[in-house]
Amino acid sequence: MAEFNITDKVDITDVNCPITFVKTKVALEELDDGDILEVRLNDGEPVQNVPRSLKEEGHKVLELTQNDDGTYRLIVQKVGD
Amino acid sequence: MAFTNEQLERYSRHIILKEVGAKGQKKLSQAKVLIIGAGGLGAPAALYLAAAGVGTIGIVDADEVDLSNLQRQVIHSTADIGKPKVQSAKETMEAINPDVTVNTYHTFVTSGNVLDLIKDYDFILDGTDNFPAKFLINDACVMAKKPFSHAGIIRFKGQLMTYVPGQGPCYRCVFKNPPPKDAVPTCKQAGVIGAMGGVIGSLQAMEAVKYIVGAGDLLTGYLLTFDALKMEWHKVKLPSDTSKCAVCGDHPTITELVDYEQAECDMKK
Ligand SMILES: [Zn+2]
Repeated sequence: MAEFNITDKVDITDVNCPITFVKTKVALEELDDGDILEVRLNDGEPVQNVPRSLKEEGHKVLELTQNDDGTYRLIVQKVGD
Repeated sequence: MAFTNEQLERYSRHIILKEVGAKGQKKLSQAKVLIIGAGGLGAPAALYLAAAGVGTIGIVDADEVDLSNLQRQVIHSTADIGKPKVQSAKETMEAINPDVTVNTYHTFVTSGNVLDLIKDYDFILDGTDNFPAKFLINDACVMAKKPFSHAGIIRFKGQLMTYVPGQGPCYRCVFKNPPPKDAVPTCKQAGVIGAMGGVIGSLQAMEAVKYIVGAGDLLTGYLLTFDALKMEWHKVKLPSDTSKCAVCGDHPTITELVDYEQAECDMKK
């Protein structure tokens, strides 16, 4: 697993679509251009949709890995302010 | 202020919009909007602003809910008849969105109280139904440098414009003076189609929300008119020279607020 300089973390395993994306978007809004956000998300719909929606908004998805507990870890870099 | 998961869900359709986002939604939650008149225009405006999560909403109206109001004033119910409109409106708004603080002012707007009423608010909605109040609100907002939305509805017609200090003409730039009393019918005498309040009052709420989040272009320098029978909209560009206006011009002759006389039937309240 690559080392990233994580600026902030957000856990979206406690919400459902489309709030998964909304919560991620809100966390990103607090960051500056180039900052890195770590997102903890569930398998299934969130893994399929959240990274895609983030890319559509112009952010850089750097890595998506599975955690030991079955959730996923998404590393996204904010593009723009 | 961080949003709870519940608030993220409530406002998700706003937050997803790039013109609003979490930043815009926060601005809404910190904003203070005053609605003058809880009638045909104020009712839908108040509903949408409460639903949108505008943090503080003031509402001014001296009347009680009357059976004849219910054809268009959708914030009030049959069970509210006899209740002060501001109280009825507050109950409905709080039921829609407990995040919102509603301040009620059970009074007519007058030259003596208008500056005090508007002073703590960021944006004013004129939802009144008579010319004296409209000129009073305009002059007070110009003097206090407050942005506001003017609107009027009668029969099948509606109009609105937005004033932002320094960004275009005020209501008096366009309409000069109230018409002589009894020269024009009020909506009480002339009638008004109920949905017109919904159309125009919702647009006033739209202007308030856009002003607060800073999205798009406001109706500053324009009068938007709607004719429902013809289903025609006109966006009329207003003269940009405000220098000769009696209240917002370079040498204002109106420097104090006045209460114009109202038509007889408007006074039987
Ligand atoms: Zn003017």
